[in-house]
Formats: sequence, C-alpha cells, structure tokens
Amino acid sequence: MPLNPFRSEAEAYRFVWLTVGYFGLIVAGALINRWLGVAVFIVLSAIVLFFYFRRGERQPPVVAPTRHRSAEDERRILVVANETVGGETLRNTIRERSAGFRSQVLVVSPALNSPLKHWVSDDDEARKAAQERLDRSLARLREVGIEARGEIGDGEPLQAIEDALRTFGAEEIIISTHPEGRSNWLEKGVVSGARERFAVPITHVVVDLQQESEEVR
Amino acid sequence: MSGAHVEAHHGPPAANQSSRVDARTLGMFLFIASEVMLFGSFFTAYFFIRVVNHQAWPPAPFHLPVFVAFVNTAILVTSSFTMHWSLQSIKRGNRAGLQAGLTLTFLMGVTFLLTQLLEYARIGFTPHDQAFGTVFFCLTGLHGAHVFVGLTILAAMTARAFRGHFSPEAHTGVEIGGIYWHFVDVMWIVVFTTVYIL
Repeated sequence: MPLNPFRSEAEAYRFVWLTVGYFGLIVAGALINRWLGVAVFIVLSAIVLFFYFRRGERQPPVVAPTRHRSAEDERRILVVANETVGGETLRNTIRERSAGFRSQVLVVSPALNSPLKHWVSDDDEARKAAQERLDRSLARLREVGIEARGEIGDGEPLQAIEDALRTFGAEEIIISTHPEGRSNWLEKGVVSGARERFAVPITHVVVDLQQESEEVR
Repeated sequence: MSGAHVEAHHGPPAANQSSRVDARTLGMFLFIASEVMLFGSFFTAYFFIRVVNHQAWPPAPFHLPVFVAFVNTAILVTSSFTMHWSLQSIKRGNRAGLQAGLTLTFLMGVTFLLTQLLEYARIGFTPHDQAFGTVFFCLTGLHGAHVFVGLTILAAMTARAFRGHFSPEAHTGVEIGGIYWHFVDVMWIVVFTTVYIL
C-alpha cells in the first residue's frame, strides 16, 4: 500500500523549508553560471529521489503496546485473523496461552479491501464482511468457553494490530493465516513484519481449512 | 411516541478510526494533489513558451520587479513559520500563541497580496502583451487567488481562535488550514524561482 508522504502540518512545514533550500541552491548556482544551476538541480534531484526511495526500505519503529494496569493473574491476548479464527488449533493455542490466568481476549478482524476502494473510502462492504466474520469467530470461541470481545480493524493487518495495541495492552499476539502458497498475508510478510515491528511475543497459527489440518509455528 | 425508547441508527456507519493519516487531513492532501495538477498545467504553458518557443524571458523592453518579489517571498516564507508556531502553541495549550501566530500569518498574507496588487499596477505590461504577459499574469494571478482563499481560511481560523474554539485535544481546523497555507507557500517558491529568477 503506498504511503502518503505527508501526514501532518508539521511535515508540510518541513517541506516548506526543504523547498526553500532546494530552490535557493538551484538559484544560487544558476546566478553564478547557468550550467552550474543545471548541475545543482540534477544533483539535488538525485539526492531527493535517493532519500525518497530509501524511505520505503526503512523499517518502521518497534511499537510497544500501551501498558494497562492489570492484575497479576490477568493476561491480554490479541488475536488477528481474517476468516480462519474457527480452527481447533487456534482455539487450543488461546486456551494454552491463557491457562492459569484470567484472560482477556480481543479478536481483530481486518476490513480487507481493495486498494482502489480503500483510497475512495468505499469500505462499507469490507466492514460488513469483517463484522460477519467477527461475529462467527466470537460465537465459535464462546462455544468452547472462551470469552472474547472483538472489533473491526484497518484493512492492512499490521496497521490493525498497531491500532489495537494502542487501546488494548496485549501481552501476546496470535496471528492466524492460511498455509503458505494460499495466504495473501504470508505473501505480504505480515507475520515477519509483525515480529519486527511489535515488541510483543507473536504466535503464528496456520489454519488449513481445506484439509482441516492446523499447525502452530 | 410510546414510553419505550427506541434505539434507531441514522446516517452512515461509524467511520473506521485508524492511527493512519486522519481522513480530514487526507482529504486536504488529495485536494492539494489536484491543485498541483492545476498549477502544472499553467507551468506547462510557461515552459512551452520558454523552452519550445525560445522566447526571451522577460522579452524586451519589459522588466520583472525581482527585488519586490523577493521581499514578498521572504514575507510568505516567514508566514509559514508563524503558522507552524500557532499550531505548536495550541498543541501545548498556549492559546495566546495560537492567536498571535494566526494573526501574524493573516497580516503577512494580506501584505503579500497587497504588494502583489501594487506590483501589478506598476509593472508596465498587461496580460495582452504577448504570451509572456498572459503567462505571467495567469501564473502569479492563480497563485494570488490561492493566497486569497488561504486568507479566507485564515480569517475563519483566527476568528475561531479568539472565540476559544481550539484546544490541545481538538485543533484539526488549525492543522488542515496550516497544510493549505504551507502549500500556498511552496507554490509561490516554485513560481518565484521559475518566473522571476530563472
């Protein structure tokens, strides 16, 4: 997903000063010699392009969850899943992680959307579908005695996790995906990206709904 | 209506609040993107007559008042600083800083626009004088129109600031207006460099 280069007035303000510097140097060069001005323009533009493309490779900062004062015997688990939350292994994993604790489980269902629909803010259908998946997931967890609450997250899974961490101080994240080869999330590096980005233990649960086989990694 | 209270939902569903860029801010950035395209079309005309037509800029016997435009540039760049100061002030709960910053920004914007109008009156050529005159007045006039819109936004922001509408928690109106003002500033730097200097 392409990122908007600016997010705030502060960044627009910095851009003003960078623009002043950029054009100021070009003008200064051009006043000395026309070809020097062209050379300065080429060099500065190359530097700008270098930093612009390098920015995309930069790793985002590690995000730690917002700490909430919780009791010693309480454990907060964040479950992020699209349509695979119903698997037995996932339910067992949640049970294992919360054994001996009063667990608080938050299930986040990202509102998966196409890039075009995302940019034109047409997310009604995506959110409706996510809500249906979430309702099914919560019902299945309730059937096996796991009390959980849920919310719809951002269409980008990593962003959905980050949003949830800001309001729900999870001590553990469980990400449920399809197997490799069929998982769009794995192809996009959601699990590896989450491990680099979030300072919380992350468990990856692979759910193969076609073969009814599941695996914890 | 019976005594029972009926919960009814009206309007669109609640917006998805993500920590990504705020929807209103994103709207301003998308608007600015369309504005960049508009300016781009005017710059295309400018570069056409300079690069393709090899026309001298400015053609004899006309002269551009570079020094006055430079002073105007300094005023507008400084107004970006006061705009930023006003936003930083309200983020820290300093209402006086917000009010002073917005007032100064507004005054500098007015000064810029009045100076440009005076420049038009004394410049010695009109939009009818060759393609040069048309492009000069169109580019600087388009920018001037944006300064006028910016001043209107600033006037509303300043009035709201003096009525106590903004706080450290709620200052999106200042943030979005500031983004527009910085855009106007950046566009002037580009216009000034290309039209007056190069």
